[in-house]
Amino acid sequence: MMRRQVPLLICFVAGIVMLSQNFIPPLTWIYQQALEWARIISAIALFIGLISLVRVHTMKLKRKAPNYRYSYVTLFALCYMIIAGFLTKYGVFVKLHAGCDPGSAGEWIVTALEKALNFQEIFLNVQIPIQATMFSLLAFYIASAAFRAFKARTFEATLLLIAAMIVMLGRVPLGQMIPGVKEITVWILDVPNTAAKRGIMIGVGLGMASTSLKIMLGIERTYLGMKD
Amino acid sequence: MLLFVLLVATGHAQSSAFDRPPAPVTNVALKDAPDDAGGAITISWTLSPDDAGGAMDVIGYDVRRSTSPDGPFQTVKSVPRGSSEAADETDLDSNVNYFYRVVVKDAKGEAPSVVAGPVQAKVPWFNLGRLNTLIATIIYITLLLYFIFHAKKGKKLFIRRLAGLDALDEAVGRATEMGKPILYVPGISQISDVATIASINILSGVARTVAEYNTRVIVPNYDPIVMTVAQEVVREGFLAAGKPDAYDEHDVFYVTTNQFAFVAAVDGIMVRERPATNLFIGMFFAESLILAETGASTGAIQIAGTDAVAQIPFFIAACDYTLIGEELYAASAYLSRAPLLLGSLKGQDWMKICLIGCIAVGVVTLLFGIESFRDFFETPLMIFRQ
Amino acid sequence: MKFLFFLLQMDRRIVFVLVALAVVAPLIMPLNLPIVVGDKVRRLYDAIDQLPPRSRPVLVSVDYDPSTVPELQPMTLAVLRHCFSKEVPVIVTTMFPTGAGLARDAMETVAKEYPNLSYGTDYAYMGYKPGYSLVILGIGENFQATYPSDGYGTPSSKLPILKNVKNYDDIAIMVDFTASAAYEVWIMFAHQKYGCKVGAGVTAVMASDAYPYLNSGQLEGLLGGLSGAAEYEKLIGAPGTATIGMDAQSIAHILIIVLIILGNVAYFATRRHREPAQTATPQQGGSA
Repeated sequence: MMRRQVPLLICFVAGIVMLSQNFIPPLTWIYQQALEWARIISAIALFIGLISLVRVHTMKLKRKAPNYRYSYVTLFALCYMIIAGFLTKYGVFVKLHAGCDPGSAGEWIVTALEKALNFQEIFLNVQIPIQATMFSLLAFYIASAAFRAFKARTFEATLLLIAAMIVMLGRVPLGQMIPGVKEITVWILDVPNTAAKRGIMIGVGLGMASTSLKIMLGIERTYLGMKD
Repeated sequence: MLLFVLLVATGHAQSSAFDRPPAPVTNVALKDAPDDAGGAITISWTLSPDDAGGAMDVIGYDVRRSTSPDGPFQTVKSVPRGSSEAADETDLDSNVNYFYRVVVKDAKGEAPSVVAGPVQAKVPWFNLGRLNTLIATIIYITLLLYFIFHAKKGKKLFIRRLAGLDALDEAVGRATEMGKPILYVPGISQISDVATIASINILSGVARTVAEYNTRVIVPNYDPIVMTVAQEVVREGFLAAGKPDAYDEHDVFYVTTNQFAFVAAVDGIMVRERPATNLFIGMFFAESLILAETGASTGAIQIAGTDAVAQIPFFIAACDYTLIGEELYAASAYLSRAPLLLGSLKGQDWMKICLIGCIAVGVVTLLFGIESFRDFFETPLMIFRQ
Repeated sequence: MKFLFFLLQMDRRIVFVLVALAVVAPLIMPLNLPIVVGDKVRRLYDAIDQLPPRSRPVLVSVDYDPSTVPELQPMTLAVLRHCFSKEVPVIVTTMFPTGAGLARDAMETVAKEYPNLSYGTDYAYMGYKPGYSLVILGIGENFQATYPSDGYGTPSSKLPILKNVKNYDDIAIMVDFTASAAYEVWIMFAHQKYGCKVGAGVTAVMASDAYPYLNSGQLEGLLGGLSGAAEYEKLIGAPGTATIGMDAQSIAHILIIVLIILGNVAYFATRRHREPAQTATPQQGGSA
């Protein structure tokens, strides 16, 4: 009973209080406090993410789950970046350099380690290219998706197709050379596109408000793992 | 000769403008800023006659404050020349008398105005600027509760077909026939996001169906807290279908909280496991097309649902069925047909009708120059301000 | 007819190769296509161009992660170059942990091109500060209390550029570069509450989401995607990666349009010859 009722009560009270502070200025301090707490909780959530990642991969290693060897790579990369971050942040290599004779073997080793464990360098030369590469897959996938899916089967599909082609032309210098394309593109983006987005956003806003109200009133309880 | 005298006199007058302090400002007016949480006072004044730009030498104004008309005054705000208003938001206490003077400055000196005040920064009990929002909220809640009440009394409520949700049973059946699993991605946002909660609601229904069909469901998660909720919901689904032993907690797992690393992992699952059905339901960002297109390349049937307006076109292009915007929120009511949920959906639709009606009437009346409809919405505010 | 059937069932890897060629070829053999500057970009350019040198600084917030570097970094560099060339002071910060390295990299890259300007006097890097909206609000109350030290650990009180910066009144304009809704938070707090001018640079897919703010005057100007960056590079007279990228983007767009046309031609030409199952389409009751 307590397991079901207490979370619902907390949800209801918190919801009513936050709704009220929007209209009652003397209660605005509650919103500021809630933001502060959200900030603390999101910092803790980072730790939860870290702990979950380590737990998931160590479990995979223990169970020898399929492709478990990749878990070694994940955990190694995690430890490597943590060490690199601390060493870079606290200037450990600067201190090590000071303790080495110039041109000595020790100096050479410290320089090599510094290059290998430089957080900013690893970020710029590994993280950025990897993430940019993943993002660049979109260029290929939009081409294959457009080729496969943009068929004029129905009136709406034809409208989508024509609008997409005009906007694709109008957003690049080659297409803007065609008279009128840029102006039509700007009109499509400014008028029907923005109007449709606003319509969807109004619907989404109302849907969000309704779902939030259902959660506050305890009508929607699936997020607690309970049946309705 | 006369011209010479005039020239000398003008030059003397000009040099005098730079030698003497500027003329002080006049008509300093103080007002408590309305509809705030206290802590703001608006000060306005008539510009110094020497603030004409060009040859005149005023460089700015200092607004100085004290709790006593005799001082000491401290500068709380500085504004450039040409400004005739400033807002003091610096450490004001409510219900304390404050006095202000506005000091005009030039390169060589300054001249204070007469002291104005007292004024207090009051905290109103209600933000009148949001009165219309409150009225709309009350109307909305009333509509929701009215339709929920009617639904509870057993009245049948019509909902139009949502092809994406109707296809769920078919999609699960297909996976069972092919002996392949179903992949369910609940988005890449946190549990606090309403889209994620809507996704978890749908996952509950999907888990029950999957359990009945004896099929496997793989649920990779972006957020560890969402993972714990998803595990609970899927377990409940298998329990409700009477097959608790069929639930495998390793099928609902946390991947990473990095957007593209998550996408890479899910793409790998799709290519290796070859699920027959992919369900992308929740909040998505730039990775939506990568997920959908990789899924399409494996030949899976795909159902997507998101309220991220920018990603909807990508899902429409790459998926077989798409739930657009608020259709995602309607899903739990649509699948369960629970009266309470159906009633709230009806209330939502009626509120939309009211908004559409107001927009339509407003546009038409303003087109013909009739402003009374628009002014009607300011009436409650005017009544309360008076 | 065989060719049309081949087109319908073409392996998507052939499309990928064609896209790769369309993107790489103009990078090797530039076409130097003319860039047409739009009104939205010009508005931001004018807002920064009218700032007097060595006056109130511009606040630049780099709120994106490495995945959107190709799209957003060029516009960040272009705006920084504009400010540096006019000797308008710049304060760089970020609300994203993964934006810290990018913000620092952008500032250091542009600073190298202007050796006459010095760190601490003409520009400063404040680093990453967690708290997002709290930080944005905090700047409006007390900048130095929000940033007691810069991104390198130097106390803010020791930086001449921050000497007269107490809050948003002392900032000429704020420009946010982001691939998320971060610019909305800047508008909500920095502009609506404190009256600071706000400009934004966003990815192309998000640009139209920002149009309502531009129309209402809550945004001074908007750079959308690589084309927005290229337009800004043209305005400052310093073509960079965005301008080069526009050639590639042009050819890629033309290729996609050609593929769509070919796909439709193949679809309609072969409709009568195909099995009924092949012409059936999934019902999209809830979507277009």
